[in-house]
Amino acid sequence: MPEKVLMKGNEALAEAAIQAGCRHFFGYPITPQTELAAYMSKRMPKVGGTYLQAESEVAAVNMVLGAAAAGVRAMTSSSSPGISLKTEGISYMAGSDLPALIINVQRGGPGLGGIQPSQADYWQATRATGHGDFQILVFAPSTVQEMVNLVSDAFDLADQYRMPAMILADGMLGQMMEPVALPENSGKTLPEKPWSASGHHGERKHNVVNSLYLTPQALESLIRDRFHRYEVIREKEQRAEEYLTEDADVVLVAYGASSRVARSAVEAARENGIKAGLIRPITLWPYPVDAIERAIPTVKAFLSVEMSMGQMVDDVKLAVNGRRPVYFYGRTGGMIPTPNEVLEEIRKIAGGM
Amino acid sequence: MAVVFQRPHALTDAPFHYCPGCTHGIVHRLVAEVIDELGIEGKTVGVASVGCSVMSYDYFNCDMVQAPHGRAPAVATGLKRARPENVVFTYQGDGDLAAIGTAETVHAATRGENITVIFINNAIYGMTGGQMAPTSLPGQVTQTTPYGRDVKTAGYPIRVCEMLSTLDGVALAQRVTVDCVKNVNIAKKAIRKAFENQIAGRGYSIVEVVSTCPTNWGLTPKEALEWLRNNMLPYYPLGVYKDVAPEGGAK
Repeated sequence: MPEKVLMKGNEALAEAAIQAGCRHFFGYPITPQTELAAYMSKRMPKVGGTYLQAESEVAAVNMVLGAAAAGVRAMTSSSSPGISLKTEGISYMAGSDLPALIINVQRGGPGLGGIQPSQADYWQATRATGHGDFQILVFAPSTVQEMVNLVSDAFDLADQYRMPAMILADGMLGQMMEPVALPENSGKTLPEKPWSASGHHGERKHNVVNSLYLTPQALESLIRDRFHRYEVIREKEQRAEEYLTEDADVVLVAYGASSRVARSAVEAARENGIKAGLIRPITLWPYPVDAIERAIPTVKAFLSVEMSMGQMVDDVKLAVNGRRPVYFYGRTGGMIPTPNEVLEEIRKIAGGM
Repeated sequence: MAVVFQRPHALTDAPFHYCPGCTHGIVHRLVAEVIDELGIEGKTVGVASVGCSVMSYDYFNCDMVQAPHGRAPAVATGLKRARPENVVFTYQGDGDLAAIGTAETVHAATRGENITVIFINNAIYGMTGGQMAPTSLPGQVTQTTPYGRDVKTAGYPIRVCEMLSTLDGVALAQRVTVDCVKNVNIAKKAIRKAFENQIAGRGYSIVEVVSTCPTNWGLTPKEALEWLRNNMLPYYPLGVYKDVAPEGGAK
């Protein structure tokens, strides 16, 4: 095992990307992800990489598009208002089948919102990171160590399925310090990208990286192919942690920072004689519906706990499909729910069963 | 038999979709001839921008990337930073370069991004059917300035070469046109220099080609060239606005 070091979440994300073979970072300053870009500006020149502070989020994401089209691992990071600007480039990358990593260290919205942690971009990340029919891979780490691990997985899966991937973190995870073990093997071989616009060198027909299809039949057929790929991803790539769910009457569903609060509330409920459990989605797209399905036979009710007015609860309801009651508890605007508040909700649900 | 004229290798066999009298075809050909002459097709990557020339990815034989509207300089930056050994050019219209992509253009230029920019200025939005462009002339009638461009409400046209020539990162800013053989030859020299500058690592080079849009100007091809000479060239004087290597090519 590599030695553990104490790192801030934002810096750990950056170092993990470098360890995963990313040498091209394009960003624009925004709180609370600033340390990530600052770390990149320090490290990239030392490893022969590119750190570029763009003139805008829009430019940064399109630089990522260009670098990804050239066939290298490229990324950008931002926080909620900046991600809104990046949605243009994300849609174009999805439409051009380009792999790239986008990190969202969420803060409160809408508009300029606030700078405290939030999970109010769930709908944006899973439903609409831009216009058109498409999905991106969305990962939701809940510890600094998991941030490190998921960065590498996100790059790998983005390459494998040729689509953008997002790490959906938040200001709490970005700013907290925890011990992490960084991956030891940084020298792994990255996949070949024969489709890339890297110069044909007289050896093949020219490659075109493109999202424009003026014939509706051609566009529909391309999108259908892409959705077949999404079906494979839905089957193979769901990830969730199931904690004390086997005998649970009330199963909480929470991801990222709010799952840490939910876990404490589950433990407190158990101490108070209430059989509570937790499903912690690690992939938000594909949503871990299988984990919900496994819980349904024994569970009496679900409780979605979020730092928003209730966004992921939609996916819980879709998975449960009316077979059990689904409740919601959340704080928003940068407020973080306390374990006691969540325990109170569990009590109410358990009392009514 | 000696071949005296042929299709450049850097152009595919696909027939252009451009309207009769549109100068895109000439400029495409000049870019392709320069790519052939420099022997760089295999390491050249072009960026097609939104507008009439978006489908240039079907016409150029080098690798091509289609950029979102206005973002060609950012996409080119990513391509060039990822593979500095490649030659990267953008092909942009006036709406793309001087309206929706002004920020990307100015900042790629001021960074001295080592790319080549071919800028088609025809004073109108062609693909969407003839709306006012950032370079539409005062008084010019377009679909969205039906009473003529009133500078009191619609502002003034942007002179791109003059503006960019103030930036330290710019290696070449030259305005040309392709209305006659003499000017076509000057345009080709400028385009060649813009590519040679990149190979020599000199920074951002832009060649602005004052162009026609007979369809949306409502003129015949011949009338369009006359309108260009009488109206556009006085507002957009031809010439070299900045050149950091005036003594010619890269070695």
